[in-house]
Amino acid sequence: MLLEYINRVLGKAASSSRIHARERLRLVLVHDRAKMSPYFMNQLKEDLNNVIARYMVIDFDKFEIVLDQSDKVVELKTSVPIKKIRRDYMDRIKRSS
Amino acid sequence: MGEIIVVTSGKGGVGKTTTTANIGTALASEGLRIILIDTDIGLRNLDVVMGLENRIVYDIVDVTNGNCRLKQALIKDKRFENLYLLPAAQTKDKSAVSPEEMEDLCRELKEDYDYIIIDCPAGIEQGFYNAIAGADQAIVVTTPEVSAVRDADRIIGLLESSDLRNPKLIINRFRPRMVRQGDMMDIEDIVDILAVDLLGVVQEDDRIIVSTNRGEPAVMNLISPAGEAYRRIARRIRGEEVPLMNLEESYGIMNRLRRFMGLC
Ligand SMILES: Nc1ncnc2c1ncn2[C@@H]1O[C@H](COP(=O)(O)OP(=O)(O)OP(=O)(O)O)[C@@H](O)[C@H]1O
Ligand SMILES: [Mg+2]
Repeated sequence: MLLEYINRVLGKAASSSRIHARERLRLVLVHDRAKMSPYFMNQLKEDLNNVIARYMVIDFDKFEIVLDQSDKVVELKTSVPIKKIRRDYMDRIKRSS
Repeated sequence: MGEIIVVTSGKGGVGKTTTTANIGTALASEGLRIILIDTDIGLRNLDVVMGLENRIVYDIVDVTNGNCRLKQALIKDKRFENLYLLPAAQTKDKSAVSPEEMEDLCRELKEDYDYIIIDCPAGIEQGFYNAIAGADQAIVVTTPEVSAVRDADRIIGLLESSDLRNPKLIINRFRPRMVRQGDMMDIEDIVDILAVDLLGVVQEDDRIIVSTNRGEPAVMNLISPAGEAYRRIARRIRGEEVPLMNLEESYGIMNRLRRFMGLC
């Protein structure tokens, strides 16, 4: 207690495992929630496809989405093989909105 | 018509049984008719925390198997005559009670009691589903640690997919001093991440252990901070608006001095 007090007075940085806890929790919950339902990723993929389809024709069988974890971020990585771009995309946007 | 509240957590040992005993006792002290149900089959504990372990004759499995009538298995509390416990069985068979039996039991008890509080086993196996089967509302207990909050998140997901929406959160074993030192997640960190309503925050309190030793819930102790927190939680359950406890008060003299001197 006293030592801690002296440390503070001397302005030594307090440890901050709180920040670590919060960040690690946030990252692990991204994975947990995405994987809790087997439908989550498939649903997302279909929704993405519906939006993309307004602009281009893609190869749905080779369309991939994955969660990619690096040190500090989880990223949604997509790989979307394009077959062709639509010329009538403006009409399609209007129609679907 | 009574209300059925299940106390869950996911991770074991975070304070479900302590919470059930204290909320139940606090509500009973206000004159409400209360039943506590221990559904931790094989690992009965609530009886000990309540100090009623010597009075058990029948248990929940005796009721569902028809060995006795429901009324015969209910144990009257020592302190409040409007508070009862339905103890868990000590058999190994966790599937001894089915979700349907649990629902029937809850329906029957709802007629005569104001609150039925169910102490859920740890984990996400069948015992969890049995415990939540008849519930109208769920409380999720967590401690401010990564592993416990993570499991709480999983439980919230499972509760919601079982139609127990908007579970309420209790953060237990909270240590304000560690938060101030930057070594424990704060209330808002946890509430933010889990995105649920906060029902209360209970401090780490040695008197919880003393009260468990004595078989007398901490709400009976007027100087226990955890007891005070649980009394407030009980009032919130009844719909009253009660502010969070002033956690600062228990910081101790050194901390107050430090704050006074503007050092932290
Ligand atoms: N606020 C608190 N302060 C200090 N000790 C506490 C607090 N809450 C709970 N404990 C202690 O933590 C231990 C576990 O509590 P409890 O049995 O209520 O947890 P549980 O979630 O019911 O566990 P299980 O998953 O095994 O059923 C007990 O020894 C209890 O005395
Ligand atoms: Mg327990």
